[in-house]
Amino acid sequence: MKITGAQALVESLRREGVEVIFGFPGGVMLPIYDCLYDCKDIRHILVRHEQGAAHAADGYARATGRVGVCFATSGPGATNLVTGIATAYMDSIPIVAITGQVRTTALGKDSFQEADITGITMPITKHNFLVKNSKDVPEVVAEAFHIARTGRPGPVLIDMPMDVSLGVIDYKPVTNVDIPSYKPNTVGHPLQIKKAAKLIASAERPVIYAGGGVISSGASPELLELSERTNILVTTTLLGKGAFPETHPNSLGMLGMHGTAYANYAVAHCDLLIAIGARFDDRVTGKLDAFAQKAKVIHIDIDPAEIGKTVHVDVPIVGDCKLVLQDLLKYVEPRQPTSWNEQVMKWKAEYPLHYGENGLLPQYVIEKIWEVTNGEAVVATGVGQHQMWAAQFYKCKYPRQFLSSGGLGTMGFGFPAGIGAKVGRPNDIVFVIDGDGSFQMTLQELIVAVENKIAVKVAILNNQYLGMVRQWQELFWNRRYAGVDIAAQPDFVKLAEAYGAVGMRIEKKEQVVDALKKSLEYDDVPVIMDFHIEREENVFPMIPAGQSIEEMMVRRPK
Amino acid sequence: MQHTITALVENKPGVLARVAGLFARRGFNIESLAVSITEDPSVSRMTIVVGGDDAVLEQITKQLNKLIDVIKVVDYKGIPIVERELALIKVNADAGVRSEIMQIVDIFRAKIIDVSEKTFTVEVTGSVDKINAIEKLLESYGIKEVVRTGRIAMMRGAKTP
Repeated sequence: MKITGAQALVESLRREGVEVIFGFPGGVMLPIYDCLYDCKDIRHILVRHEQGAAHAADGYARATGRVGVCFATSGPGATNLVTGIATAYMDSIPIVAITGQVRTTALGKDSFQEADITGITMPITKHNFLVKNSKDVPEVVAEAFHIARTGRPGPVLIDMPMDVSLGVIDYKPVTNVDIPSYKPNTVGHPLQIKKAAKLIASAERPVIYAGGGVISSGASPELLELSERTNILVTTTLLGKGAFPETHPNSLGMLGMHGTAYANYAVAHCDLLIAIGARFDDRVTGKLDAFAQKAKVIHIDIDPAEIGKTVHVDVPIVGDCKLVLQDLLKYVEPRQPTSWNEQVMKWKAEYPLHYGENGLLPQYVIEKIWEVTNGEAVVATGVGQHQMWAAQFYKCKYPRQFLSSGGLGTMGFGFPAGIGAKVGRPNDIVFVIDGDGSFQMTLQELIVAVENKIAVKVAILNNQYLGMVRQWQELFWNRRYAGVDIAAQPDFVKLAEAYGAVGMRIEKKEQVVDALKKSLEYDDVPVIMDFHIEREENVFPMIPAGQSIEEMMVRRPK
Repeated sequence: MQHTITALVENKPGVLARVAGLFARRGFNIESLAVSITEDPSVSRMTIVVGGDDAVLEQITKQLNKLIDVIKVVDYKGIPIVERELALIKVNADAGVRSEIMQIVDIFRAKIIDVSEKTFTVEVTGSVDKINAIEKLLESYGIKEVVRTGRIAMMRGAKTP
């Protein structure tokens, strides 16, 4: 069959099962967009800024477990994807970004809208391709999807020069991908697994520390079984939220800088830390010399480079979390709750997450969102205080329920990611818990949600500050609030209405539940809820950056 | 601590940039780098000499292994190897000193591969120490230019990485 490179690209995407592309066209993308015009199986959602396309593809991938796809044109289109690609890279999210490029004959000549996007994205992609020949297109697409979704997942970029899109090839679909230099190890070493089981049997004060890897490998049922059989308590990272049901009695919620005090105490005092699909990020460990000092460490991860990167590991197990846990469960004996469980439960009772009574507080809003959605909503967040409050107070029951930019900490991620999630899971309620700062970074996508009837609910926790930065200034910079006051802001209700969305303003505690309930009535239009919260509410507990649990502030210092 | 790292990589455009980028990102200066094809033309070998703390080098080796185009990486630390480097040295060689230089060249089992009225071009292969030694001896005659390849290395005995 003779077809063009562009047709081969679209046909290859169709064969990969792609159902939606978030994109923005441009000159060198015209051959490809012309094929999309005829392709009935793939929906194209036209974003209003390419960053939105990358985040939407990312949110779609996080919410569904499938590979998210975004398109952008050459030059500025491609560079606008960069933040989104870096976000996906830091959180190991499988997306395939396809960019147009100037003709191969014009490459390297500073041609109009030329950018060396493969060079630019080299450190923020798992791999990237500059396609030089039309005949390579089917193979490159197959390899890109294979690389994106296997091993430690991650973003892959394909750069398509215009003449590669136009060139005619003899098309044969690729049915089998074999990359000799890429063979991720998925099965854990049997001896190491036995060693781990022994350590678990002999530990007196074990804790499980689960990360995003549990979610990406689909290992939640195995994790639940491990915890229930052994009565080992589980804390998760921000990206691990939902890997273990936070409503379960064995859950300690999130650990780390803004984690629960009891999760952090448990880790500080445990004698065995079982890390599963987590990478000992500095927001989790704080001061490394003081982190889990008394513990032996078992580390299960698919990426050998994560093992021993920052923390000494006693039993490393390289492999897919799900397969490793399945093997481990063959050797793990049941274990009754011990005095250690009691001790941690005592901490849990003594230092619960809490907040004040007066005024409209963000934690209250999030708890009410949890109640009206019965804890079943998919939640996407921006980055900042609201993100941490959401992580603390929206108790996730399932994997792929909490979508947040952890590694890169990308403000503006939440809203487009929520759009992507809703497109991937149209029957679920998607709540974007956002900040007034974060929302304004990507709010141009509002028209995309209106146009496509993508009924996301956006709860802006509006304190008219870049709140997290202000909190640091309050606590560590002598309350000198430089560059954080964003009281000059649009009327979000009018803004929503101007876009054709529903807008609500909530200024009192008593209005919260009604507003939230009302928002659930709209299923074909986005709803923007502007919650005017107390301006100087802080996120606690907090362990200051680079410090140890000794320095944890459970509440505002006097 | 100096490490000699060998990497088998796919012979594709951009691979060198990917590899070099990993070192650059961590602020490592590559002391020497040699790249060429191997017995299999689709595969290239890179020999990289770099100084650094063992733990950091272990991390870099692991990161190199993660690159899709990298087939295999071995840090030769603690493994017996033969190492060679080649240098071309253009040295002033006026009539009065020509025989002296030729003697030095002989002692080092080097070769004079080009002669002009005023210069010799000397080719020498060997360990880094040997090349440093001849370079030092020739300095007194006035070296006009030195070109050294990166170091290449191979395991001793029948084994290959």
